[in-house]
Amino acid sequence: MANYTENELAKDLENQEYKFGFVTDIETDKAPVGLSEDIIRLISSKKNEPEWMLSFRLNAFEVWKKMTEPEWAHVHYKKPDFQEITYYAAPKQTKKYESWDDVDPEMKETMTKLGISLEEQQRLSGVAVDFVMDSVSVATSFKEKLKELGIIFCSFSDAVQEYPELVKKYMGTVIPTTDNFYASLNSAVFTDGSFCYIPKGIRCPMELSTYFRINAGGTGQFERTLVIADEGSYVSYLEGCTAPQRDENQLHAAVVELIALENAEIKYSTVQNWYPGNKQGKGGVFNFVTKRGICERRAKISWTQVETGSAVTWKYPSCILKGDYSVGEFYSVAVTNNYQQADTGTKMIHLGKHTKSTIISKGISAGKSQNSYRGLVQIHKNAQQSRNFSQCDSLLMSDQCGAHTFPYIECKNPSAKIEHEATTSKIGEDQLFYCMQRGISEEKAISLIVNGYCKEVLNQLPMEFAVEAQKLLAISLEGSVG
Amino acid sequence: MIKIENLHASIDGKEILKGLNLEVNAGEVHAIMGPNGAGKSTLASILAGREEYEITEGSILFEGKDLLELSTEDRAREGLFLAFQYPVEIPGVSNINFLRTSLNEIKEYRGENPLSAKDFMKMVREKSTIVELDSKLANRSVNVGFSGGEKKRNEIFQMAMLDPKLAILDETDSGLDIDALRIVANGVNKLKTPQNACIVITHYQRLLDYIVPDFVHVLFDGKIVKTGTKELALILEEKGYDWIKESAAV
Amino acid sequence: MYAVNTTQVNKLSQLLAPLDRSSLSLEKEKMQDLQDFLETANLPTTKDENWKYTRLTKLSNASFSGSQNANIPFTVYQDAYRIVFDNGKLVRKDAFNGCRSLTELTSHELTQLKPNKVIFDALNFVYAEDGIFLDVYGDLDKPIEILHLSNGNKVNNIRHYIRVHSLAKAEISLIFSADEESKSFSNIVSEIHLDNGAQLVINKLQVERGLDVNISREKVTQHRDSVFTMNTISLDGQFVRNDVEISVQGVNAESNLNGVYIVREQQFIDNHTIIDHQVPHCLSNELYKGVIFDKATAVFNGKVFVRKDAQKINAFQSNANILMSEDATVNAKPELEIYADDVKCSHGSTTGQLDEEAIFYLKSRGISDSGARNLLVSAFVGQVLEKIEHEDIQTFISKKLQERFGWEN
Repeated sequence: MANYTENELAKDLENQEYKFGFVTDIETDKAPVGLSEDIIRLISSKKNEPEWMLSFRLNAFEVWKKMTEPEWAHVHYKKPDFQEITYYAAPKQTKKYESWDDVDPEMKETMTKLGISLEEQQRLSGVAVDFVMDSVSVATSFKEKLKELGIIFCSFSDAVQEYPELVKKYMGTVIPTTDNFYASLNSAVFTDGSFCYIPKGIRCPMELSTYFRINAGGTGQFERTLVIADEGSYVSYLEGCTAPQRDENQLHAAVVELIALENAEIKYSTVQNWYPGNKQGKGGVFNFVTKRGICERRAKISWTQVETGSAVTWKYPSCILKGDYSVGEFYSVAVTNNYQQADTGTKMIHLGKHTKSTIISKGISAGKSQNSYRGLVQIHKNAQQSRNFSQCDSLLMSDQCGAHTFPYIECKNPSAKIEHEATTSKIGEDQLFYCMQRGISEEKAISLIVNGYCKEVLNQLPMEFAVEAQKLLAISLEGSVG
Repeated sequence: MIKIENLHASIDGKEILKGLNLEVNAGEVHAIMGPNGAGKSTLASILAGREEYEITEGSILFEGKDLLELSTEDRAREGLFLAFQYPVEIPGVSNINFLRTSLNEIKEYRGENPLSAKDFMKMVREKSTIVELDSKLANRSVNVGFSGGEKKRNEIFQMAMLDPKLAILDETDSGLDIDALRIVANGVNKLKTPQNACIVITHYQRLLDYIVPDFVHVLFDGKIVKTGTKELALILEEKGYDWIKESAAV
Repeated sequence: MYAVNTTQVNKLSQLLAPLDRSSLSLEKEKMQDLQDFLETANLPTTKDENWKYTRLTKLSNASFSGSQNANIPFTVYQDAYRIVFDNGKLVRKDAFNGCRSLTELTSHELTQLKPNKVIFDALNFVYAEDGIFLDVYGDLDKPIEILHLSNGNKVNNIRHYIRVHSLAKAEISLIFSADEESKSFSNIVSEIHLDNGAQLVINKLQVERGLDVNISREKVTQHRDSVFTMNTISLDGQFVRNDVEISVQGVNAESNLNGVYIVREQQFIDNHTIIDHQVPHCLSNELYKGVIFDKATAVFNGKVFVRKDAQKINAFQSNANILMSEDATVNAKPELEIYADDVKCSHGSTTGQLDEEAIFYLKSRGISDSGARNLLVSAFVGQVLEKIEHEDIQTFISKKLQERFGWEN
C-alpha cells in the first residue's frame, strides 16, 4: 500500500474530471416511467418471480405509500419525483451467456474502462465478480469453484429461483420493509442484486466482489444484497460502485442485509465513487442506502467504506449486536468536494452482553461541500459489560466547506463503557511545511497527509481495494487546497 | 554558498531581524549562538521559507540564486535542508514512504532517475547506521511516538538521505542527553564534505565540542554583533551573554 | 419551529387555558403575533430533534392553578443583593443601581425584550408575570442572588433581562428551590447581553425537591472581548430542561459553560447548550459531568456552531457520565457544526461506571464501600465544581451534597 502515492498518483492526478463518465450503448429493455402496483407486477413477472416474492413487494409498496421522505439529515436537495423514474431496465437479452466469450463485447468494454475486466480479475486476482449492470446480473464467475465448498454466490434473482427457502427465511429480517422510506421503496421495486450464503464452518477462500453501476438515463438503481454467514463461517465481501456521467440526478436506493450466525464473521468493504456531479454541483447520484447486519453470539461484522462519490449520500451501515460477545466495527472515510453533501455514519445497537463496537470515522471536506458524521451508539438494558469506542475526525480543506458531527449516545446499562472522541481541524500547516521543506510539492504533501490521516481505515481494506481507494482519494481532492 | 545581506524581517509587524549579514562557503561549519529571542530560529525559518515572516529589506543568495524567490519545496530541491527544532508528527505516513516521496521529488527536479525500491532500501539501511537509528523506526509514522532524541536523530537521518548542500541545524542539541548529543554530532560530522556546508544554531557551547565550527557568530537583537573562531564559544560559555549585551549596547 | 400535529389532542391549549395574559405593557403587535403562534402550536414531542429524549407528558398531564406563599428557606451568599420570587411574584428586591422589575418599566423600555418564536419562549412572553431588568455598569460591589421559590401548583412565567455594559463586571446566581409538595411549572427566560469587555458569571443552582417542572432558557449574546461563564448545578429536580444559547458576536470573546447534574429517583434532567461562534478569534470551553442514580435519566445535548468565516476558533466540549444503577439512563448528543476551516474543535463524551479497581484500592485502605463510592463521585464532579470561583457558592453546594451523601468536600 505504501508504494502507491508515488508516480502513479501523479499520473492519476492529471485526470481532472470524473474518470468513469461514459455511457454504454446497449439496447435496454425498459419499463414505462413511474411507479404503481402494475409496474411492480411487471417487474415481478419479468423476473418470473414466485407469488411470495410478489406479495413481499406489494406489501412494501403499501407501506411505502404511507411514508414520507425523511428530512432530518444535514443535506439539501430537490426531492426526486418518484413517478419520473424508470423502475426496470434490463439489458436486452434473450438467453444467459454460456461462457464469458458470449458476453456482449460492448459490455466487456465498459468493464474494461472501469478497470475491472472480468478476464483480468479471473486470471490475476482470484476475485469472483458478480457484475451488476443496470440491475441485472450479466456474468458470474467462479461460481463453480465456490459451489464445491457449498458457497452460494449468485444474483438475487437467481437466488429467488434456486434457493427460495434461504431467501424467504432471511430476506427482510434485518431491514424490515417498514424500516424507512428508501428501504421500503427498494423492497417494492428492487430489480436485482447479489446473494451470498456461506455454509457452516466454511472460510470463503476468496474475496467476493460485486460492482454496481448505473447506466441507462433516468433509471433508478434499486439493488438488494443479502449475505448469510452460517455458524462458524467467514467471508470478505467487496462492493464497488461507479456510475456514468449524467446531468439529471439519479437515484440509488440499495438495501444490504448481513446475517452473521453464531461465531461467523462478515467483512463488508465498499468503495463508492458514484458520479458526484460537476464542479458547479449539477447532476450526480443520490445515494440513499440502507445497510445493516445482525450478529448472533460471538459473531462479528465489520463495515469498511471509502466514500468519495455521489452528489448526496445518506448512508448508515449498522450492526445489531444481538448475541452475547458479538462484535461490530465501522471504519469509514468520507470525502466530499465541490458541492457534494454527505450525511453518513453508523448505528451500533448493543443488545447482548459483553458486546463490543468500534467506530472510526474520518471525514474530509473540501470545496463547498458539507460532510456530516451521524452515529448512534445504543446500549440496551441487558447489554452488560458492553464497550464502545468511537473516534470521529474531520479534516477541513477549504474555508467554504462544512464538517459536522452528530453522535447520539444512549446508555441504559451502568456496566457499559462508552467513549466518544471527535476533532475538527484544518490540515496541519506545520505538517505541510515539514513536507515541503523536504522537497515535496504541496499537492503531493496533501495527498500524503490525507492518506496518513485515513490509514486506520484504509488498512482495513483488502490490498487491491486499498490501492484503488488511495487513488480515488487523490482524484477527489485534486485542486482542493484553498 | 549562501550570502545573506542586510536582512530585515518581521512577524505581525514586529521586527525580529534588523540587518543581518552572513556568508557561508562550501566546506565550512558556522555556529550561530545568542540569547533567547535574539532571532536565531527566525533566521532558520526564513531560510527554509516559512510564510509568516515578512522580509522588509535585504537579500539572500543561495548558490547564486535569489533564495527569497524560491518556494519552500524548491529551496529543499536546490539543496537546503532544515533540521527542525520541533520535528513535526505526521500520523499514518511512514518514515519510509515520506522519505521516498521526498527523495524522488528532489531527483525529479534535478532531472535524475528515481531510485528503485531495492536501492532505496539499501540506502535506508546504510544511512540509518550513521545516527544509530533503529531500523524499526523507519516503518513507523513520521515522528509519531518518537522520543525527543529519536526525533532529532531522525532529522539527521533524513539529512543523510537527502544529502543537502547546506544544512541548517536549528537547536538540534536542545533536549538531548550527552549520549544522544554525541550520536547526533557524530552523524553530522560524518556527513561533512568539502562540497557542503552547515549552519549550527545553538544556545549551548557543549554541542560545539562535538561539531567543531570554523566560525562562531553571536546573534543579538536581530544582528550578528560578534564573529570569531571556536574560542568565542568558550568565552560565551564562561561569561554568558550579558557581556555581549553590554558591549553591544555601547 | 414545531410542526402542528393535528392528530394529537392539543395539550398546549389545555395548559394555557387557566393562565392570564401578561399585564405588563408589552408590545401589542409582538404579543398578538406570539399569541397566534401559540394557538396553532403544540407541545413538542420526541419527534422534534430538540426534544428527542425529553417527554413532556408530565407537563401535559398536570393541572395548574393558584398560589400560596412560600417560606424563604435559605440564602446562598453571605452578602449579596437579594431578589426573591415567590411562586412567580416578586416579594423582595434590594435596592441598587440599575436594578428594576419589569412592572416598573415603561412600554418603551419593555421593547428591549426579544422573544423568539419557539414554544416556551413565546409562552413565557405572552404570560409573563414579572422579572428583573438589570443594567450593570462598572464593577458591581456585591453578587446578586435571585431566588425562585415554588410550593404550589402554579405556572410561573418569569422573564429576566440582564445587560452588562461595556467593561462592567457582575456575578449573579439564579437559584431554583421548591418544597417537597410543590408541583409547579416554572418557565423562566433570561435575556443576557454582554457588551464589549463585559464580564459576567452566572451560577444556576437547581435544588427543586418537589414534583416541579422547570424549563428555563438563557439567551446570551456576547460582544468583543467579553467573558461569559455559566455554572449550571442541578442537584435535584423532577423534570428540568435547561437551554443555554450563546451567540458570540464579537471577536476575542470567551465563553465557559460548566455543568454538574446529580439526579436520583425518577428525576429527569436535560441540558441543551448551543455555542454559536459567528466571528473569528474566540474561545469556548464546555465541561458537563453527571451522576445518575436510581431510575433517573439525564440528557446532554451540546452543540457548537462555527459559522463561515469565523476562523481561528478554539472550541472544546466535554461530557462525562456515571451511571450508578441498573435503571439509570443517559442520552448524550455532543454535536459540532463547523463551516470555517482554520479552527480547532473537539468534543468528547464518556459514559461508564465508577472504576472498580479504584474502589477496591480505597477499600483495601479501610474505607467502606459506600464511602469509597462517594469519594470517587465527589472527585468526579469536583473537577467541575472547582471551577466555581465564589467561595459561598462552593460552600452552598458542598452543604447540599453533604446533606445528601455525607460527602466531605
